[in-house]
Amino acid sequence: MRIPRYSGNADVSRPVILFGVMLAGLLVLAPVLPVAAAPAGQPIRIGSTLALTGPLGPTALLHKIAGEVYVEEWNRSNGLLGRPVEWIVLDDQSKPEVTRSLYEKLITVDKVDLLMGPYATGAILAAMGVAQRYQRILPHHSFGMPHLAKYEGHFPTAAFGPEPNKTVPTTVFSGLAAAANPPKTVAILTSKFPSAQFLSSGAKEVAEKRGLKVVLYLEYEFGTRDWAAMAARVKDAKPDLLWVGALGLDGNQLIEAMKKLDYMPPRHFHLFPAPGPLALSPDGKQALSVSVFEEHPPFMANPKTARLVNLFHEKAAKANVPYANVDTQVAGSFAAWQVLDAAVTATKSLDDKVLGQWLRANPVDTMIGKLRFDGPNNYGDDLFKLKQVQDGKWVVVWPSEFAAPGAKLQP
Amino acid sequence: MPSLTLLGQSVVSGLLAGGLYALLALGLSLSWGLLRLVNLGYFALAFLGAYLTYQLGTVGGLAPWTAVLLILPLFFVLGVGLHAVFTWFRVREFTSLLVTFGVTVIIESLIQWYWTADFRRYETPYASLSFRLGPLFVPALELLACLTAAALALGTWAWLRFTYVGKALRASAEDPAIAAAFGVNHRAQAFLLSGVAAAYAAVAGGYIALISTLAPSQMWAWLGVVFAVVIIGGLANPIGALGAGLLIGVSESVTMAVVAPAWAPLVSFSILIGLLVLRPGRA
Repeated sequence: MRIPRYSGNADVSRPVILFGVMLAGLLVLAPVLPVAAAPAGQPIRIGSTLALTGPLGPTALLHKIAGEVYVEEWNRSNGLLGRPVEWIVLDDQSKPEVTRSLYEKLITVDKVDLLMGPYATGAILAAMGVAQRYQRILPHHSFGMPHLAKYEGHFPTAAFGPEPNKTVPTTVFSGLAAAANPPKTVAILTSKFPSAQFLSSGAKEVAEKRGLKVVLYLEYEFGTRDWAAMAARVKDAKPDLLWVGALGLDGNQLIEAMKKLDYMPPRHFHLFPAPGPLALSPDGKQALSVSVFEEHPPFMANPKTARLVNLFHEKAAKANVPYANVDTQVAGSFAAWQVLDAAVTATKSLDDKVLGQWLRANPVDTMIGKLRFDGPNNYGDDLFKLKQVQDGKWVVVWPSEFAAPGAKLQP
Repeated sequence: MPSLTLLGQSVVSGLLAGGLYALLALGLSLSWGLLRLVNLGYFALAFLGAYLTYQLGTVGGLAPWTAVLLILPLFFVLGVGLHAVFTWFRVREFTSLLVTFGVTVIIESLIQWYWTADFRRYETPYASLSFRLGPLFVPALELLACLTAAALALGTWAWLRFTYVGKALRASAEDPAIAAAFGVNHRAQAFLLSGVAAAYAAVAGGYIALISTLAPSQMWAWLGVVFAVVIIGGLANPIGALGAGLLIGVSESVTMAVVAPAWAPLVSFSILIGLLVLRPGRA
């Protein structure tokens, strides 16, 4: 049978047919296409503080940008439970006592629906007390002392595991032990900032248990300006490995002071460095640190992760952030929002009790890996890996299954 | 026991760190001693100077020395302007603490608004440059800062001691009424001194940009130790400020080398308390 072909002389015009075909196509595909209805209704208000000023300001700025990116993504799609999201972020000035008052205000005056944690251990601990008093859940991204977090409604995405003072140094020393020339002596310098000091004193114990000789152990005040004398002491101790319980630019400044003494230790590890300045500085070559996320496979395999990373790059560039790469801090921040997102979406509820129960029972897939909150003090697994500055970039070098393609511990 | 090299190195490092303390203390000491204004704003001005040096160096491509020379007149005018505000609002010694605290917070906020709270580092070829002195190393930038502090302290001392303006300023600080009776125009000289002190803050800022990493909140980290230097050195005493800076710098550095870095901040205040107990009339 011959099927008559459409000819231009037919009664029905070409544009009308085209429109009809498109309409039919849409009707057929409608059930399978994702619908991004604009969020509607009363906004869901999420409250938090961040250290927008004060000594923790530089890193908190990254958390602010990450939060803004995530909330904007919510509002660009269909919001949270179909409602728009409003993020109220207040400046805690890097002070735990201010943080405490502001969380009280967020709950009692601003009457926020949900809470998000502030930045850094001291502030999170302060906020946790308030969250506990009002029985609100508190997802957070940067708490370094799990043994102090007794509230069952806190949900950490700083994936240290319950004993980071043992597991993080073990990761570092195991990674280095796998190298061709493992260190035999170690000098440990640490900030007295609580989480840095906690992990670094753990590093001393772990090093000694593993048979490394600790040739120097020093603690310095958070905010130290003068590095020259400490550099001289490190030079005097001649360690194979220098462990710096560093925050921000501590490591850069110590390296600079050591270079002025014409000295560099064979290996140097930095606990919580400002990632950009160390990676970009010529002095940061082959510096070591730990990370839960870097911008390379396998971490970037998920398209949603890649999108968040790209959005972060754009926003950070606009905010004039010199190093806009996503690593531990920013990824931990995104993970905290993902945890909140997963709990609300799965339970279709804003009830803190319901959300807390769900989170304790269900692991959450985040950009830093699967997080579970059923271990001691709601901590799951230690997801940290050893990373190194190579060619001006941080790359994971150990364990090998998480290493950047072709990357190995140098030298 | 620390080695002799370690001790020697810590003394050298301490002397050089003390130079920067003295440089920062100079303006505050003059303002407090001669104008009776405890100007916390100097820390903010120094950091503003540091950020401007950084900006002119990294974006404008200027050499740091040229950048500092360019901002010096600007800071002189800024100092004069600030003093005009203090005069207009009749700010006195005690209220100056509150007012200049506010000025510091405003300048800090402006710095953070423009340069963000993120760290800024002015990378220069001089950053790691040092000279060898036997087994000891002398960092070039810190040495230059220390020599600048010494030159400015000596120059200021001579200015106050041997020139008419210096003598008039000291006389006004001692007894404004008698000085005025002798024809001293304290107002004009106060404006001049405010401008000079702000310019000193710009010089200190230039060195802070070259030696340290910049973040707006770091201006508060210098406050305690510089206050101690000003009081130990004696108000309006440039040579005293230099000596106190060096003393505190060496004490802190040796404490770090011999005892522990965490003990160093205690040193400056222990010296201050000891001095106030032994010589209560000094400050």
